[in-house]
Amino acid sequence: MSRIEFNRVNKRYGPNLPLTIKDATLTVDDGEFCVFVGPSGCGKSTLLRCVAGLEDITSGDLSIGGVRVNDLPPAKRGVAMVFQSYALYPHMTVAQNMAFGLQVMGADKVAIAAKVKAAADILQLTPLMDRLPKMLSGGQRQRVAIGRAIVKEPKVFLFDEPLSNLDAALRVQTRLEIAKLHHDLGSASMIYVTHDQVEAMTLADKIVLLHTGALIEQRGSVAQVGSPMTLYHRPASTFVAEFIGSPKMNLLPGKLVSAEAGHARVEVAGLVLTASVDARAVPVGSAVQIGVRPEHMAVADSGEGAALPASLLHVERLGDSSLLYVNVGPGLPTMTVKMDGSVSRAAGSALTLRLVPEALHLFDSAGQACVRTVELPV
Amino acid sequence: MQQRPLLGSVALYCAAAMIVFISVGPFLYMVATSFKTGSALFDPQIWPKNPTLANYTALFEGAQPFGRHLLNSIMVATLTVGFAILMGVTAAYALGRIRFKGKELLMLTLLGVSMFPQVAVLSGMFELIQSLGLFNRALGLVVPYTIFTLPFTVWILTTFMRDLPNELEEAAIMDGCGPLRIIFQVFMPLLWPALVSTGLLAFIGAWNEFLFALTFIVEDDQRTVPVGISLIAGATAFEIPWGSIMAASVIVTLPLLGLVLAFQKKIVSGLTAGAVKG
Repeated sequence: MSRIEFNRVNKRYGPNLPLTIKDATLTVDDGEFCVFVGPSGCGKSTLLRCVAGLEDITSGDLSIGGVRVNDLPPAKRGVAMVFQSYALYPHMTVAQNMAFGLQVMGADKVAIAAKVKAAADILQLTPLMDRLPKMLSGGQRQRVAIGRAIVKEPKVFLFDEPLSNLDAALRVQTRLEIAKLHHDLGSASMIYVTHDQVEAMTLADKIVLLHTGALIEQRGSVAQVGSPMTLYHRPASTFVAEFIGSPKMNLLPGKLVSAEAGHARVEVAGLVLTASVDARAVPVGSAVQIGVRPEHMAVADSGEGAALPASLLHVERLGDSSLLYVNVGPGLPTMTVKMDGSVSRAAGSALTLRLVPEALHLFDSAGQACVRTVELPV
Repeated sequence: MQQRPLLGSVALYCAAAMIVFISVGPFLYMVATSFKTGSALFDPQIWPKNPTLANYTALFEGAQPFGRHLLNSIMVATLTVGFAILMGVTAAYALGRIRFKGKELLMLTLLGVSMFPQVAVLSGMFELIQSLGLFNRALGLVVPYTIFTLPFTVWILTTFMRDLPNELEEAAIMDGCGPLRIIFQVFMPLLWPALVSTGLLAFIGAWNEFLFALTFIVEDDQRTVPVGISLIAGATAFEIPWGSIMAASVIVTLPLLGLVLAFQKKIVSGLTAGAVKG
């Protein structure tokens, strides 16, 4: 009963301002962990606040568990929110913070105490119950904020960048805790907003990637909805392809030479590459872009795949891996290649990149992806 | 930090001593005088040879109902503070956190109101008091005092209210709080320093006020302390009863001193916090 449906939701902050959210249509299923991700200014927090009821929806319908909630006040929607700055009540102890929402709703004391205690046990807050928020560390405050949400037993949990105020080590730990919490709570849906694609990839059952800037007006807010693996392996557009994956995907301009059901041939800088995509919808001879992820290329003088001569500009050695920045010809963008950590090539040396057809993506002149014809994880 | 040269230290402490003498001296003299009677009053030495409480007992036993005046003052000042805080906080919530048209104008009007001198509104206020049926009653003074203290209270509290984090209010909304609960259960506890300082200033204002208290009240029983003191008379028309006046002044000053000392930490943080974004 916690299915959330957005039907053509628009949000405009002022009559003369552009749409912040345009034409958002998507579904978050029962018990699903959905992550809204996108660059800054994409409206992901706005969309979350629309679900919370903190923002009005300009047009369109939003329903939670089959009930249209556009006009319901936040407290009646069965949602609980965890804020970025935690927003704990500074003058209340941990226990009072967690109990406050239930008190406002008029629950009886015994029931409140039992729920607060149960939540405290789950989050290991029991020894801290009598402390004020200012006496807690960032991670503990975060747990109290989550506890405050849990006690309300909501149908939907909303997280607004909950980890962005934590340091790196704590972030990884809390990320795991949130994943575990989602598993333990079972039927409640979660919507989680982040700008960090690692959080999105690791936590999500479903990622909603949102457009930013002019793309909102052109194509609507939602860039792509799908599982993390879908967004990684089958990005619907160059926007998605470049946002998901780190370092980002390399894009090379080219011209479509021929297109068949299983593969297409593309000319890039005088070289013809074969990609395993179905590009029959794209007119032959038109401008296209070839995409290849840094981790899906090899550097080898001989072997499988088309050879792309390149010269090495710079090497970044990260220990477990190395990033090679290479120049593949005049007028072409610098490409990034991710290799193992033991690379010992000097800047300026020549090398050959190997591009296999199965690793290539193809985007038409508008940046829309052609369907890949290889077997891929989902 | 650099060490101050000796001469500098001496000069600094001399200056500090001067300031303490100038500001505390008269007060000490007032206290000392209140313990003197008869010709000792005109003896310039600070501590009297034969300190006596006669002035104090005389105050409460004299023709003037001084105890009654004191109670009136306490009642009026306390009620003023209560009303000012209640209205100030609710107004500050609207002005500090809700977006509506004409807010700036409203704030400026409030500021403008506080710039009228008391005399200018005296006649109008008289009419108001009379039409409310509060003429010649100590309770009636609460009206003008609240009116005069509200602009300041509202301005200060609005500044504080504006600085409270948005997410806190939103968290309260998500918890199902309406505006009143947000104001009184979430924001009020966070505004204590501001409430204490504005409340104290309102209290002092009401406690010291003279003009309205003199104009709106003719009956002796309903007067407040400042007017009461001014009407303390000696045995003859030619005698000014310095001893009694000083004793009364000490009694009037003590509650204020006590309040300020009790809340001084909060006052400082209240008056400076919010002034600079930090």
